[in-house]
Amino acid sequence: MMRTGLIGKKLGMTRVFGDDGRQFPVTVVHVDDCQVVAQRTVEKDGYAALQLGVGAAKPKNVTKAMRGHFAKAGVEPKRRLAEFRVSEDQMVEVGARLSPSHFVEGQYVDVSAQSIGKGFAGVIKRHHFKGLKASHGVSVSHRSAGSTGQCQDPGRVFKGKKMAGHMGHERVTTQNLKVVRVLPEERLILIHGTVPGAKGGWVLVTDAVKKKLPESAPRPAGLEGAPDPEAAAAEPQATETGAAEEAAAGETETKKTDTAAAKDKDGAPAAETEKKD
Amino acid sequence: MNTMDKLEKSEIERLTADKEIPEFSPGDSLRVEVRVREGGRERLQAFEGVCIARSNDGINSSFTVRKISFGEGVERVFPLYSPLVEKITRVRRGRVRRAKLYYLRGRTGRAARIAEKQDFSRKKTKAKSE
Repeated sequence: MMRTGLIGKKLGMTRVFGDDGRQFPVTVVHVDDCQVVAQRTVEKDGYAALQLGVGAAKPKNVTKAMRGHFAKAGVEPKRRLAEFRVSEDQMVEVGARLSPSHFVEGQYVDVSAQSIGKGFAGVIKRHHFKGLKASHGVSVSHRSAGSTGQCQDPGRVFKGKKMAGHMGHERVTTQNLKVVRVLPEERLILIHGTVPGAKGGWVLVTDAVKKKLPESAPRPAGLEGAPDPEAAAAEPQATETGAAEEAAAGETETKKTDTAAAKDKDGAPAAETEKKD
Repeated sequence: MNTMDKLEKSEIERLTADKEIPEFSPGDSLRVEVRVREGGRERLQAFEGVCIARSNDGINSSFTVRKISFGEGVERVFPLYSPLVEKITRVRRGRVRRAKLYYLRGRTGRAARIAEKQDFSRKKTKAKSE
């Protein structure tokens, strides 16, 4: 089973206190209006995934092609799009709003983002080399890499030799970070420890690959207006409008997955499909 | 106010809901009651000494208390808003001209004394007499 993730914005770091006095350094991730923009299905695309969008983009700055794409989904233009692979039974209908309560407190997540660019960095910074000595005859080359190989025998430098070069500004994933707190009203997730990327950068938060997902986590996704499963009855109203639009567009494929998703969920989404028909 | 500030503010409000943090500054003598867990039992432990530094940084605020314990200087840094800090009481106000009293570390006995701060402000005496 693979649930979708969320796109968020890294706001910065702070600390929170547990009631037992323990302190947690946390990264604050803001999930602003995260909506499903498109579905990728096995029949059509060969794999199952959800395309999510987050943040509000000015329509003026969105290309015509993308405007059409958003219009088809019936969502406002988004600043950042990302795809999340999901299992086929974990699809969410287009237009649905994902809430930070998608993640539950205490669960583990993996966070991916573009790391802060460091530019052209030397080997000490980039690969943690020790450099040369401070004295004993060393001149000028204190932070140099030193020798890059042997003698005439190989007569070349081996491939993959660590050298100076561009550092940072690459996709970095930090695994197994604990969710300390979820604030659905403020749309915030507080994640224990550091998360790659700069403040204000986009981060992709997914369930940890290497940890078990707690039973209490909402499946297929935590939607806006439905903080806990018991209140799920109240939830479809928000998503229904989007779903209705999509049905009107005549997308039989998504409809199929909707019914499939409705089957394994409780009564509320089933009622939704009835209404649609 | 941005989201981060709001978050920190609400966290501070949550932590200070059932306790009061008195006004104090470096040079003051403080008595800090800390919750200590010994085995399964929890009790309060008092740490009494001179506040030699204070760092005001929202939720990350902390203060340092120094005392001489069995002839050995002991310093402890407390997070101001930690739930473990049960109670802070100001025992005595001190007159100092520095924000950080690290110079006390090199001194003992008479040299490490801090004069008591006298409050000559008119407002207060007036209020008292009335």
